[in-house]
Amino acid sequence: MEILKLLGILIVVVGFILKLDSILIIMVAAIVTALVSGIDVVTFLQTLGSSFVSNRSMCTFIIVLVLTGTLERNGLKQAAADLMAKFKNASAGLIIGIYGIIRLIFGAFNISVGGAASFIRPIVMPMAQAIVEKDGHPIAEEYLEQLKGMSSAMDNVAWFFGQVLFVGTSGMLLVQSTLADLGYQVELIDLASVQIPVALIATACAIVYYFLKDKKLAKKYAGGAK
Amino acid sequence: MTNPIEYFMSAEITMSDKLLEIMYFVIGLIAIYVAIRNLNDKSNDKRYGTFAFWFLLGLMFVIGKWIPPMYTGILMVLMVLSPILKQVKAGSEPSPSVEEMTKNYKKIGFKVFIPAVSIGAFALIAALFTTISPLFGMGVGVVVGIILLMIFSKDNKPSVFLNDGRRMLDIVGPLSMLPTLLAALGAVFTTAGVGDVISGIVSNIIPEGNVAIGIIVYAVGMALFTMVMGNAFAAITVMTVGIGAPFVLAHGADPVIIGSLALTCGYCGTLCTPMAANFNIVPVAVLEMKDDYGVIKNQVVIAGIMLVVQIIMMIVLS
Repeated sequence: MEILKLLGILIVVVGFILKLDSILIIMVAAIVTALVSGIDVVTFLQTLGSSFVSNRSMCTFIIVLVLTGTLERNGLKQAAADLMAKFKNASAGLIIGIYGIIRLIFGAFNISVGGAASFIRPIVMPMAQAIVEKDGHPIAEEYLEQLKGMSSAMDNVAWFFGQVLFVGTSGMLLVQSTLADLGYQVELIDLASVQIPVALIATACAIVYYFLKDKKLAKKYAGGAK
Repeated sequence: MTNPIEYFMSAEITMSDKLLEIMYFVIGLIAIYVAIRNLNDKSNDKRYGTFAFWFLLGLMFVIGKWIPPMYTGILMVLMVLSPILKQVKAGSEPSPSVEEMTKNYKKIGFKVFIPAVSIGAFALIAALFTTISPLFGMGVGVVVGIILLMIFSKDNKPSVFLNDGRRMLDIVGPLSMLPTLLAALGAVFTTAGVGDVISGIVSNIIPEGNVAIGIIVYAVGMALFTMVMGNAFAAITVMTVGIGAPFVLAHGADPVIIGSLALTCGYCGTLCTPMAANFNIVPVAVLEMKDDYGVIKNQVVIAGIMLVVQIIMMIVLS
């Protein structure tokens, strides 16, 4: 039964949906696939071993983390926050856009300065809220909710499309090794350069979209909470 | 099995590959350092499991290439045992206080951005101007960044970097091995011929030889599969082997454009799914939002636009 070979995929899908332990799911899927396809133990272990050796590039993040931790200790986040604060006269929507650009640029250098807990909550949201409340009225609840949603969305869009610009990001290493297994040799720099227009379009779309949405909200809730 | 001495003496192996091997050796030593620090960390109640995980990973980096693949495979199976049995835990390396970070920032200022961008800058320089792998460039960038930080502040001693590195690795933990393990799963799928089975099924549905339709199915499939699983990494191996290769690449489409964009088509799926909880649900909690889907709702439009843009790029450019 050829179709039984797909059992491994089913295990991965069901396992991820049920949020079971990811490492366990992957190992079970690998073992089940080997069993139903008649792969013997020696070949199975050899496949795992050779795959590890040819995919060691995916673990190069380990060497990067030696620098990242100390960068944080030396005030990287504080510097980024200070950079943002230089734009305090913009509109709330523009603040979100500027944050997106900063996030994108850092992402392209494989540095995660951002995220909901470490950047949006302590830095972006207070700035955006202060701008809206400049006229003396407290912000409308629904407006605040939308600003939170847009900031987080900007964070994700800029980070996803920014980090693929980094030559050697783990996603592209996986693409490279998947293609190599299939007999196609591709270079990391080429994979990254394809993404330049994509990143620019994605970030530009997001900035314009959130800017306009904020403008509409600002008009709707002018004069503060009703 | 390869003999390391012969490997490094051989004229047939490129300088780039030899340099990468040295870097992998260093990575192995870092993992072993993390292992030993955790072993000696009496406050970590899971220190033996944590030690085993990082030590085996380090060992695979140090000797993995030079022993028969079967033994490396055995080491891998042993390595994943501790996380599966929930025996890996972050140790007690203290994170820097806000006061310390602010004080350091006051001292160093915006210069802190220079070592931050050096990693990416050196990777790019290696890719553009040398025949050496950008991954080794990344390693050089790390060393340059470390030196710069040491120049900026006398407090940045070598031990500070090692301990901060250990803290970061403790934080990312075994889940950081997910891409590596998914690649191994992909290799097992390939050996088993899973791709042939999928393409056999799909060929009954989509006409063979029409690259444009193949691209649309591949791209949309990446997004949907990622939405279901919450993870584009898991989707890319299965979808590329099953659909990308037989229905798109086999007909002469450019693997660089197709492969690269397929990943970001998957990311469009990530933007639309509560399965990617880290990105879409955790912020809802962190920011105390009322609508559980408040983040996703702000991303759906962008994801839709980008999926269309990328499909057009794939069809036009390749």
